[in-house]
Amino acid sequence: MTWSATARGAHQPDNTAFTQQRLPAWQPLLSASIALPLFFCAGLAFIGLGLGLYYSSNGIKELEYDYTGDSGTGNCSVCAAADQGRAPPPPCSCAWNFSLPELFQGPVYLYYELTNFYQNNRRYGVSRDDEQLSGLPSALRHPVNECAPYQLSAAGLPIAPCGAIANSLFNDSFSLWHQRLPGGLYVEVPLDRSGIAWWTDYHVKFRNPPLVNGSLALAFQGTAPPPNWRRPVYELSPDPNNTGFINQDFVVWMRTAALPTFRKLYARIRQGNYSAGLPRGAYRVNITYNYPVRAFGGHKLLIFSSISWMGGKNPFLGIAYLVVGSLCILTGFVMLIVYIRYQDQDDDDEE
Amino acid sequence: MEREPAGTEEPGPPGRRRRREGRTRTVRSNLLPPPGAEDPAAGAAKGERRRRRGCPQHLADNRLKTTKYTLLSFLPKNLFEQFHRPANVYFVFIALLNFVPAVNAFQPGLALAPVLFILAITAFRDLWEDYSRHRSDHKINHLGCLVFSREEKKYVNRFWKEIHVGDFVRLRCNEIFPADILLLSSSDPDGLCHIETANLDGETNLKRRQVVRGFSELVSEFNPLTFTSVIECEKPNNDLSRFRGCMHSSSVLPVIPTGWTQLKAKGQAAFSVCQARSIHDNGKKAGLYKENLLLRGCTLRNTDAVVGIVIYAGHETKALLNNSGPRYKRSKLERQMNCDVLWCVLLLVCMSLFSAVGHGLWIWRYQEKKSLFYVPTSDGSSLSPVTAAVYSFLTMIIVLQVLIPISLYVSIEIVKACQVYFINQDVQLYDEETDSQLQCRALNITEDLGQIQYIFSDKTGTLTENKMVFRRCTVSGVEYSHDANAQRLARYQEADSEEEEVVPRGGSVSQRGSIGSHQSVRVVHRTQSTKSHRRTGSRAEAKRASMLSKHTAFSSPMEKDITPDPKLLEKVSECDKSLAVARHQEHPLAHLSPELSDVFDFFIALTICNTVVVTCPDQPRTKVRVRFELKSPVKTIEDFLRRFTPSCLTSGCSSIGSLAANKSNHKSGSSFLSTPSSDGMLLRLESLGQPTSAITSNSYSSQADDWASELAQEQEPDHELRYEAESPDEAALVYAARAYNCVLVERLHDQVSVELPHLGRLTFDLLHTLGFDSIRKRMSVVIRHPLTNEINVYTKGADSVVMDLLQPCSSVDARGRHQKKIRSKTQNYLNLYAAEGLRTLCIAKRVLSKEEYACWLQSHLEAESSPENSEELLFQSAIRLETNLHLLGATGIEDRLQDGVPETISKLRQAGLQIWVLTGDKQETAVNIAYACKLLDHDEEVITLNATSQAVMASDFAVPKFRYLERLLILHGHWCYSRLANMVLYFFYKNTMFVGLLFWFQFFCGFSASAMIDQWYLIFFNLLFSSLPPLVTGVLDRDVPANVLQTNPQLYKSGQNMEEYRPRTFWFNMADATFQSLVCFSIPYLAYYDSNVDLFTWGTPIVTIALLTFLLHLGIETKTWTWLNWITCGFSVLLFFTVALIYNASCATCYPPSNPYWTMQALLGDPVFYLTCLMTPVAALLPRLFFRSLQGSVLPTQLQLARQLARKSPRRHRTPKETSAQGCLPKDSGTEHSVGRTVSVPLSQPSWHTQQPACSPEASGEPSTVDMSMALREHTLLERLSAPAPRSSTPGDAVPGGCPEESKVRAASTSRVTPLSSLFSLPTFSLLNWISSWSLVSRLGSVLQFARTEQLADGQTGRGLAVQPHSGRSGLQGPDHRLLIGASSRRSQ
Repeated sequence: MTWSATARGAHQPDNTAFTQQRLPAWQPLLSASIALPLFFCAGLAFIGLGLGLYYSSNGIKELEYDYTGDSGTGNCSVCAAADQGRAPPPPCSCAWNFSLPELFQGPVYLYYELTNFYQNNRRYGVSRDDEQLSGLPSALRHPVNECAPYQLSAAGLPIAPCGAIANSLFNDSFSLWHQRLPGGLYVEVPLDRSGIAWWTDYHVKFRNPPLVNGSLALAFQGTAPPPNWRRPVYELSPDPNNTGFINQDFVVWMRTAALPTFRKLYARIRQGNYSAGLPRGAYRVNITYNYPVRAFGGHKLLIFSSISWMGGKNPFLGIAYLVVGSLCILTGFVMLIVYIRYQDQDDDDEE
Repeated sequence: MEREPAGTEEPGPPGRRRRREGRTRTVRSNLLPPPGAEDPAAGAAKGERRRRRGCPQHLADNRLKTTKYTLLSFLPKNLFEQFHRPANVYFVFIALLNFVPAVNAFQPGLALAPVLFILAITAFRDLWEDYSRHRSDHKINHLGCLVFSREEKKYVNRFWKEIHVGDFVRLRCNEIFPADILLLSSSDPDGLCHIETANLDGETNLKRRQVVRGFSELVSEFNPLTFTSVIECEKPNNDLSRFRGCMHSSSVLPVIPTGWTQLKAKGQAAFSVCQARSIHDNGKKAGLYKENLLLRGCTLRNTDAVVGIVIYAGHETKALLNNSGPRYKRSKLERQMNCDVLWCVLLLVCMSLFSAVGHGLWIWRYQEKKSLFYVPTSDGSSLSPVTAAVYSFLTMIIVLQVLIPISLYVSIEIVKACQVYFINQDVQLYDEETDSQLQCRALNITEDLGQIQYIFSDKTGTLTENKMVFRRCTVSGVEYSHDANAQRLARYQEADSEEEEVVPRGGSVSQRGSIGSHQSVRVVHRTQSTKSHRRTGSRAEAKRASMLSKHTAFSSPMEKDITPDPKLLEKVSECDKSLAVARHQEHPLAHLSPELSDVFDFFIALTICNTVVVTCPDQPRTKVRVRFELKSPVKTIEDFLRRFTPSCLTSGCSSIGSLAANKSNHKSGSSFLSTPSSDGMLLRLESLGQPTSAITSNSYSSQADDWASELAQEQEPDHELRYEAESPDEAALVYAARAYNCVLVERLHDQVSVELPHLGRLTFDLLHTLGFDSIRKRMSVVIRHPLTNEINVYTKGADSVVMDLLQPCSSVDARGRHQKKIRSKTQNYLNLYAAEGLRTLCIAKRVLSKEEYACWLQSHLEAESSPENSEELLFQSAIRLETNLHLLGATGIEDRLQDGVPETISKLRQAGLQIWVLTGDKQETAVNIAYACKLLDHDEEVITLNATSQAVMASDFAVPKFRYLERLLILHGHWCYSRLANMVLYFFYKNTMFVGLLFWFQFFCGFSASAMIDQWYLIFFNLLFSSLPPLVTGVLDRDVPANVLQTNPQLYKSGQNMEEYRPRTFWFNMADATFQSLVCFSIPYLAYYDSNVDLFTWGTPIVTIALLTFLLHLGIETKTWTWLNWITCGFSVLLFFTVALIYNASCATCYPPSNPYWTMQALLGDPVFYLTCLMTPVAALLPRLFFRSLQGSVLPTQLQLARQLARKSPRRHRTPKETSAQGCLPKDSGTEHSVGRTVSVPLSQPSWHTQQPACSPEASGEPSTVDMSMALREHTLLERLSAPAPRSSTPGDAVPGGCPEESKVRAASTSRVTPLSSLFSLPTFSLLNWISSWSLVSRLGSVLQFARTEQLADGQTGRGLAVQPHSGRSGLQGPDHRLLIGASSRRSQ
């Protein structure tokens, strides 16, 4: 039996900083003295940032027009009234005339905006088949159940593209005309409609099914278009790179909006004479009015907007930064008062 | 082998067998050939075969199996158990709801993932726990034990698990009984053995067990081969205090007595027949009682060896039957949390309902209007708004399920496990001496430690060292203050605290000066030696010492070396001398003055009025006596008459005892004793010792014996007699008498010898010993006095009872008046002793005339022989004898408090804990508690306790020493509570805030239960991204530094008052969560309003913002930032982005409906994303930060103040007075009256930093009710321990370890500061205190209760059985109080 004086007991715990809860630690104390500089610093930084954002947002121009066609709002009200009774509303067109007193700094983006349109409601949002949209032949023939009731046509053919989202595709179209001189001719402003979708959507997510005999129409043979569509998906555009599932309008539409009021990019204006923006003069937008929104109280808007480094016009962010920064400064001042008042007391205590 | 229902024997009508099966079990020796086998060899083979084949099912072997699962049963059984948790059922229900297409919110497989994850984690933990149980079982099953082997015809070592019913087992001293064993033979000539039952009931007194009647008379060594009896006993049951049976001493089948069946038919116990017959059957049939049964888990003490036959084994043992398996406890915090979870459920239902109604309206509004975004049902028909609402409701429940935090339960379990780990790992809670650290048995009530309001403490052995030391006495009305003895004890104390002493204390120095020169020399020497050997190797020494003292309990030097009072010593020696002269005269005692006569009787009573047995140290296991001298005690009147013919005094020439006593005194350096010692006599003693050893040494030289002799060689030969007492009080009195040269030298069962220097050996015929019981609170011996030949009764008992039994004394004659005066004086001194905290005992005497005795004897024998109610009759008989007593004196015994107990108590008092000390046995606890409450608390909230309180094994924590309680509660308890409370609050906040985001979105998506947050983020957010940082904070956060907590125990009150987690805090938290979610939703909403953002590109910044807000919120709430906090926070953010980037790049067409391909990548290129992510968390947390900072400055809580103080002036904590005075005390009064405090503190609380220099009697003179107890067992008393002023000031304690290094040093020093006496502590006791906390009715709050028990020798498992006072209102306790416990607790050994 030997006991060594230095031997550790079998149950002796390890004496490490961790096991003994002695890990070195930073122990901030939340009080006026520590919060004071924090609030001031954050406040100043935010106000600075807010000012920058505010001015940069203010530099962005926006021009919008509600072409829903509520009575007396322009010639679109005719189209709006016309679509009321008829089941597939008849083709109708209207126009929006406006004039720019000065250059609308480019690049200019053309958006359409829908309000009161719940693209984000659950049953709508799930009603799509991403595999079908990626051009998978099996999915083309057998859309997922989520697409129901737009999964199969009345004839029993698979709907391509299936689902409620595709079915409700926005189908108004716009063209922009510019009258360079008063009384002059209207020249069509080229609208670049190629890069409006996400690059990854257009190039990766959305693919047409493999062509059959070099024909997209044959590839889609045996499928039906969504009930609301007037033409099949492969005829969306004559441009082979913009038709079928990879039609840019379609791809943009399929990216469901976050909120019931949303914009979607329609075109970019950056070509030819208009690369610097829209020069001053009179403009007319010819609108092909197809999309019925008045039934559910929706509105359709057209928006021209320039963009900056932070995207579209967004006055909110700058204001928010200013407000939060001011609040920080305000609290900082309260803290200062508190600090002065109670620091004295603490000193008294210590003495 | 047991024959219970088996047909191997007792061929009888099946009906009878069945009855027998129901009531009794029959046990036969396994060594016998099975009945029916003609030749023994074949029988043996058969028997072996049977054993090898394994026993039939009813035959429980001694294998312990506490595991719950097997490999096969694990999965179903574990799942079944897990689904008992409502939360799990809920989560699975939600997950399964996703499989219903109409309402599903997530991909079904994905929704199941977190639930499966949680279930898997729990299953894994259960598996691990079960495995550790298996390991522990394995360890216990493979403990060794000597079992008689039929083949080898000797005892061989077997594993515990191999023991079967019917085996013969031989146990040696200090071994633990492996099964319930019927005692058949003991090395003790009287057929006795002593056991310690601390494992079972927590009582540390030794209990006496008797060999089965008929076997005790055996002259030769018990040979198991000759055992042919059949034992008939009860079926296994869990009643620890009851065992009945009988033994048919025949090799043939037992003849069932006529009337057996009839009796049973009448419903009477069969045992009454056995019992009645056994007494008269001259050993042919013997009744078996609980006195014959050695229970599994008990420890053999003070007895060399015993042999017994196993009656119950394994899970049929009483100990294991009492072990009703692990219980689960639920902490107060958890109950509160569950209540808040219910609020969350309500909130969830409300939100879902609101959404459902909203969606119904939305559907109603849009479906008829050809809304392009309206989707009809799959068959094209339109959905009715009501159906849509119902679906929406269910989907909302799924989407918002995060509100019921699935991760909360897992996180809490993880945090608790870590807390347990840290508590277990605390070096400062580690007792070096016994190599035991604090053990948490209950894994899920750690936070209750921070909310304790009441401590119910066992006194003896928990607060005290259980070392009873004779302190002072009163004889015949004269007080002998034993100042020198007091100094001696003070010195032990001093030696204890010597090493942690930093500041020299003037008081003790001056006192030292007042001691006689011899004394001080001795003292200095001792102190030095103590110090030196501690310094060299305290642990080794401690272990060694405790090994040595294994031989005899209650015999540390402190307990033995009493310094006599010179005055009294003189009187004793005067008695001795004059009696030596007068011994041959007619009435020797008459020559003494009444006072001296009392003195003499007093010491005789101290010496013999007990059950102390004398052993010789050379052969520690051998009693000093010769076996064939055995005489039977007075059995009949004839016997009595025969033996009471004038006898010669047996006092002979031998003076071994005095020699031994003197020797020891001499050795210890006491110069008060001047008795010469002689080496020649020493030799004689040694030679005397040899033959006795030869007699008892037996064929199997056990390891223990070898070891003992080895140890004996190691140490200096020490020839003093050892006293084996059943309780430390008895030993203390005998040692005290020895100090006065009145030495107990021998005790046989019928005579007891006392040695005096001049008078020589006096041998008293021991006629009766009327043992202690808790109702009489006294014990008596009836002896025949060798000097006077009179029959004397010496009674020793609690003063409250003995003083009432005294002979009425007339106030007419002078004698009577004198007596009266003596009594009142004695009573005064008793009160004084009590006030000093001494355990008081009265010693009285009664002289019986022969007629009186004969008369009493007649009735006593009748009582003894009465088959029924004999206990009651014997009790009555004892009462009859113990009257008309003559008071001799009183003693005061000190049971020293453990190291640091006063300081601990005073700190705990400051921490707002109500400390109740329970002493004594259970039966009267209730009454006394009620009494004590009335006495001490002028409050109507009296804790009434159920008298039917029963011992419940409920140890949740095991603390090596009482003083560790301070650190456990004030430090760990506070931290555990604060951490867990904050974490729970944080989880509620987190989930509410997260769910809030989703809920606000419903206003913009037609309440369609749509989510802008990708389902993957939704499901894994809690589990993955935001789980680790709160866990780390929950595990590691220290809201107040350790040193501040320890110097300011008042901070503990925050836990008691539930300051961290109140309903108010909860709702504030929820409100803040709502606000934050509103901010975190609306800022991205407005930032992206009127833009072309898509749903999930908008939702992802919201998740990111939420994550950042959570982390920053946690940052505000985290008090200590270790590198782990930083890393986990960073890791969380990193993990989120990594996972998001990988997830968003992994598959272009997967994960409908969000299909988040390239979303995060796109966002990372969007400045608005960064801008919102930067501002939103700041805006969301601004109010909280503002509020916290403001509160920290304007209205700091005590905890904040303490932190500020710790931060501002770390140096000031070296002067704790100032800290406590300035820092926290001012706020004290404010919190005093809050929740749950029903009992006010009536006594003025001595400020804890009061430093009193020494331990003079006055120093401990705080008003305290004092335990007045009786020798054998303490009488029940609940005392209110008013915080005693620290006996020795230990400023070292108060100095906090400022830096890690310092506390390290301190940890080392505290473990070294063990009192000298505890170096010689009880053998295998690891002095573990068992703590169990449970909550009484809510008004009382949490109660901490602990009783001392023993840890097993191997230290790996142990069990405590604590006397648990039940609240009278326990009916109000919810059943959940018993629900949760750590599975490894209450492990049977």
